[in-house]
Amino acid sequence: MISHHLPALQVVVPLMAAPLCFLLGRYRRLGWILSTLVSWLCLWIAVRLAFQVADGGQIQYAFGGWAPPWGIEYRVDQLNVLVLLIVSGIASVMFPYSWSSVQNEVDPEQQPLFFTCMLLCLAGLLGITITGDAFNLFVLLEISSLSTYTLISLGRDRRALTASFQYLIMGTIGATFILIGVGILYMLTGTLNMADLSDRIGEIGESRALQAGFGFLIVGIGLKLAMFPLHLWLPNAYAFAPSIVSAFIAATATKVAVYVMVRYLFTIFGHEFSFSAMYIHWLLIPVGLIAVLFTSIVAVFQRDIKRMLAYSSVAQIGYMLVGIGLVSTTGLTATLLHLFNHALMKGALFLSMGAVCYRLGNTLIDNMDGIGRQMPWTMGAFVAGGLSLIGVPLTVGFISKWYLILAALEKGWWPIAVIVVLGSLIAVIYVWRVVEAAYLHQRPDQSVTVVEAPASLLVPTWILVLANYYFGIDASFTTGFTSSAATTLFGAP
Amino acid sequence: MNAFSLFNYWIVIILMMAGFYTVIASGNLVKKIVGLNIFQTSVFIMYISMGKVIGGTAPIVTVNSELYSNPLPHVLILTAIVVAVATTALGLSLVIRIKEAYHSIEEDDILAISQREDEAE
Repeated sequence: MISHHLPALQVVVPLMAAPLCFLLGRYRRLGWILSTLVSWLCLWIAVRLAFQVADGGQIQYAFGGWAPPWGIEYRVDQLNVLVLLIVSGIASVMFPYSWSSVQNEVDPEQQPLFFTCMLLCLAGLLGITITGDAFNLFVLLEISSLSTYTLISLGRDRRALTASFQYLIMGTIGATFILIGVGILYMLTGTLNMADLSDRIGEIGESRALQAGFGFLIVGIGLKLAMFPLHLWLPNAYAFAPSIVSAFIAATATKVAVYVMVRYLFTIFGHEFSFSAMYIHWLLIPVGLIAVLFTSIVAVFQRDIKRMLAYSSVAQIGYMLVGIGLVSTTGLTATLLHLFNHALMKGALFLSMGAVCYRLGNTLIDNMDGIGRQMPWTMGAFVAGGLSLIGVPLTVGFISKWYLILAALEKGWWPIAVIVVLGSLIAVIYVWRVVEAAYLHQRPDQSVTVVEAPASLLVPTWILVLANYYFGIDASFTTGFTSSAATTLFGAP
Repeated sequence: MNAFSLFNYWIVIILMMAGFYTVIASGNLVKKIVGLNIFQTSVFIMYISMGKVIGGTAPIVTVNSELYSNPLPHVLILTAIVVAVATTALGLSLVIRIKEAYHSIEEDDILAISQREDEAE
């Protein structure tokens, strides 16, 4: 009975828990325990769903018993179950971490609000992923975005407020562009159901309105996923948000936006329209490559390590866009793999920076001289995660870059492979800066002595670090899922 | 189809551009929010216009008329209006906190202060 309703529960459980968490009010620890349990429940649901679609099937769930295309449909296939696993998996590692970190970084009276917004954000992200309805996607996108703006503004630094405001302006413009695009599609087809949309768009043929709708959607989604020139909101938002928020949204929010891009390009518009008629890859590849080079170089010059990681995130998004732009199953597999793998590596890196912030109060590189010896486990996690970010063999970063280079060479576009390698070399430089400061510099005499971060922070960080190596050594699960999802996306018209 | 039959859509475009311009060009944070609001309002009008069926009545079951407007875009846009109200409320409350923290709501002033803080780090 319950198992039939799993797709709905995936979103409804965190959504219902959010107001409950707010009502718990000053029983802050209870609110935290509730949200942690909810995140574990979400992971369990996602795993159950993954088993159900592992053989390539689909789960269709009509919300409220209203048959699609009139009612809202939730649809689970191999593509979005992967994203569901990422989002709920990352959440279930990060919610346990959040308590100590939040005690240190957020005012006690704002903490119930904090956990409420985290749950709302989780519900929104899971909903975006699972929904099969274009308008429902917009609403859930706004649920997750609005809660993210709030979470960012809870940062202690007053620059968090301006970062949040800037994100609000750009994020709302992006969401409104998506709304316009969905409206144009509705005008043309008279439907909002994604599967139905894809059938009817195929029948329209050449249409200026369809092209306009496509443009609005790409720009709107591009703003949300921080596609290169539209990424300006991201660095400050990640740098000044509370550590756990940076970690959570860096690992999930942009990944979900990339998923939405893939869903629109391949499922709704179909790869023939997107690539053969609209030549979108001629936008995605240059933009992705510029992002890889430019933002990696910018990252090298950052003094705040959280902001450095944020710029590196934009570069990693670049790799994903290049993967989509290669228009091959290998390229798309590389994108989906990197989606999964980047969530693991950025999650681990941001969590280790959260632990540094817990002891030092900030993440400026100048203050990190010599802390490698005083916080061995924390900095060890950073180095291990950094190796994965660079793409050293046996880490997940290697797997996805390997597939990306393979896809580029398959097409004979070797300059792309060169730029991918170059991007990794720049990553070596910015990771090395931290290693050099933490291990090779002496701790200045007059500075405060720091001790190792508490286990409540270290255990979740190391779970993610080990996941980086586990999925790097045994990639059969991730590559199997992603390549089968990519084949399905290319096979279906 | 003459130009006047697309009157609603001309209004949509004018409002959209006016709002978008205000968001980008205005340095005052409250004006930015107002511009954002106008921008979103234009999309509401677009949705409401697309539901109109010429000669159709309100979508209520009556014996007199068979032809009625499409109610679905109206329902959709109700949701989007709620989202827009929430965004405006959140945006304005952020402006209040920015005013408390920076004693200004002019983007140039805030940017100058932030830049000094960045350099001081």
